[in-house]
This record gives sequence, C-alpha cells and structure tokens, in this order.
Amino acid sequence: MQVRLEPQGKQLTISGRRRVGAIVQSLGIIAGTVMVIRGDELLTDDEFVDDTDSIELRAVISGGVW
Amino acid sequence: MKCKRCTDKAIVQLRSHNAAFCKPCFVFFFQRTVERAITREHMFARDERVLVAVSGGKDSLALWDVLVDLGYETEGLYLGLGIGAYSNASERKTRAFAEKRGLRLQVVPLDGSEDGLAIPAVAAATRRAPCSACGTFKRHYFDRAALDGGFPVLATGHNLDDEAARLMGNVLHWQVPYLAKQLPVLFPTHPRFVRKVRPLFRTSELESATYSFLRGIDYVVEECPNSHGATQLVYKDILNRLEHSMPGSKLAFVTDFLSRGQPLFAGAPEAVDLGACERCGMPAAGELCGYCRLVAEVGRRRAQAVAHS
Repeated sequence: MQVRLEPQGKQLTISGRRRVGAIVQSLGIIAGTVMVIRGDELLTDDEFVDDTDSIELRAVISGGVW
Repeated sequence: MKCKRCTDKAIVQLRSHNAAFCKPCFVFFFQRTVERAITREHMFARDERVLVAVSGGKDSLALWDVLVDLGYETEGLYLGLGIGAYSNASERKTRAFAEKRGLRLQVVPLDGSEDGLAIPAVAAATRRAPCSACGTFKRHYFDRAALDGGFPVLATGHNLDDEAARLMGNVLHWQVPYLAKQLPVLFPTHPRFVRKVRPLFRTSELESATYSFLRGIDYVVEECPNSHGATQLVYKDILNRLEHSMPGSKLAFVTDFLSRGQPLFAGAPEAVDLGACERCGMPAAGELCGYCRLVAEVGRRRAQAVAHS
C-alpha cells in the first residue's frame, strides 16, 4: 500500500494487508494525533487497508502561538 | 466499530469519550459540544455579533462553520502575517471559505498596515522568536478590530490541546497571574478591550480536524514554518503520550483545573493597572502598549543597523 504522510509530504510503501492501528503504530505515531484517510473516508483503528490501497496519514497537531 | 449513538458504522473513535461516531452523529456531537460550551460558560448571547479570528487552519474555520450553522451573527477577521507561502495559502483558503458561504471577512495584511511591519521583519530586526512577536501583534490587531467594528466579543479557535499545553506551561513555571486568567471566557478589564472567548476549549485537535474534514472545509494542513521547536509542541507531545496511556487525561486536566484549580488563583492581583498607550490609545501597562513597544524597538534596531553600516 501507498502511505502519504501530511504535512511532511512523505510517501512510503508498506506491503501486505494491515489494520489501521498497526500501520500507525509501526510508524511510531501516537494514536489520535493523525487522521487516517482513504479517498474521501476516514478509517478507524480496527479497519483493514489492502495492499493495493492508498491512504493518507494527516497530522492534527498544530501550534506555535497562544 | 459502531457508532455510539445510532450503531451505524463508525468513522471516528474518540478514546477520551469512550465513544465512536458515524459522520452525522459526529457532526451533531461536535456542534453540541461547542454550543454547550458557549451557553454554559455564558460566552455570548444569540443577539450579540461575534468577531471570529480565523487563520485558515482547521480549528478557526471549524469554529466559524459551527457558529454559522448554529445561527450566530459572525464576521471573520484574518490577519496577514506575511510569512511567505504559508501566509499566502492561509489567506487563499480563508477567503475561499468565506466566499463559498457568503460570509463577511475582514483581511488585515500586516505589511500593508499603518506600521507596515510583517512578522518576519519584526523577528529579524529584534532578533526575537517570531512566535513572540506574532502573539503580541495578533492580540493588538484583534483588540483593535473588535473595538473599531463595535463587536462585543472576539472568538478564537483555541482547542482543548492548546488549553492543556498552556496549562502545563503555566503550572511548570507557576505562572500565577496567567493561571488566574486561564479561562474559556475573559471579560474585559479595560473599556477598550472586548470579551474574549474560546468555544473549542473542550474539543480536541482530532475532533476539530475530523469535523473540518467531514464538513469539506479546505484548511491549511501545513504548519507555520516558525512553529518548529515551539515549546507548545513539546508540551503537546508529552500530553499526547499521556493521553494515549490514559484516555481522557487532557480533558480532565483542563476541566478539573477550571472547576477546582483556577478559583484558587482567581484572587491573584493583576500585575499592573492598565492605562492608555500614548501612541495608539489601546490599553497599556506603561507609557506604550506591548505592540507599540515592539514597533519602537524595530525602529531603534533599524536605525542602529544603518548607523553601523
């Protein structure tokens, strides 16, 4: 599967069919700090992503000034 | 995973609420959370015009979207900070959001303002961190715009994660005057200030990002280039790790502080009485307000640089 990390703009390839939660964990990302997007849908941790899918992991953390 | 409200397939899981929601139920949940924050904290009434500070990011645009959907009378205020491509994209997306919905939007470009100073120029001249200058400028222009436009209230998109990180910073350094003022509603302490409210103080970044995504809000995903290494992000990282191990920690940290901690600091005396800035007339602790002091410093530094060249 193709995994795009935003806003870094990084593109990764992960092989095999995997659960969303496992993908996020394998990339060292803390659950709840990204949205996992496939097309126009959001995925929860228990869903599977197929080897042929493309997903986006979009960070939700922003900051700098209070 | 099933929606907690209707048992349809869920699209978002909120561990902090021990819940998952489908799209319609999440939108309902998010809007209801914001509406309850507004009414329970007495932020503003139905007949009050609300000036919404918008940055083009997920939080402020989600807030504006909710307020419009709930039927509040709003106007947007966008401050052009002059931070290169980031500011250009932010302004473009904010304008597109307002135009698509037929909303009134004030755009104030800092480099085209009276003092003609954008954030990078201030940071370069004063050698201060850009975030420091940015905060001072934002507060000044927000206050001015609310006052000039006759708005009784200014709403910002600060979310639960912002509030938790700010609280952590204030507690780590025992910033008693700041702890006394860390509230979702700040009532004016001077006739030239307006009420400032944070209707998203109970909603997390995940929630506002999810809401924006589901509502088709095209927000700026890129981070401000000046935010790298910002202290707030360090606090957020620590809090997110804590949240991962103990879901609900951030919400409890902020809401328990507001109910049980903040009242203990509420009697802390203000550091100084506010007068009027000699230059701009806005509230000031001394002869000049923080904004005008910064502008004067830029002028001094530039004059010194010319003298030494």
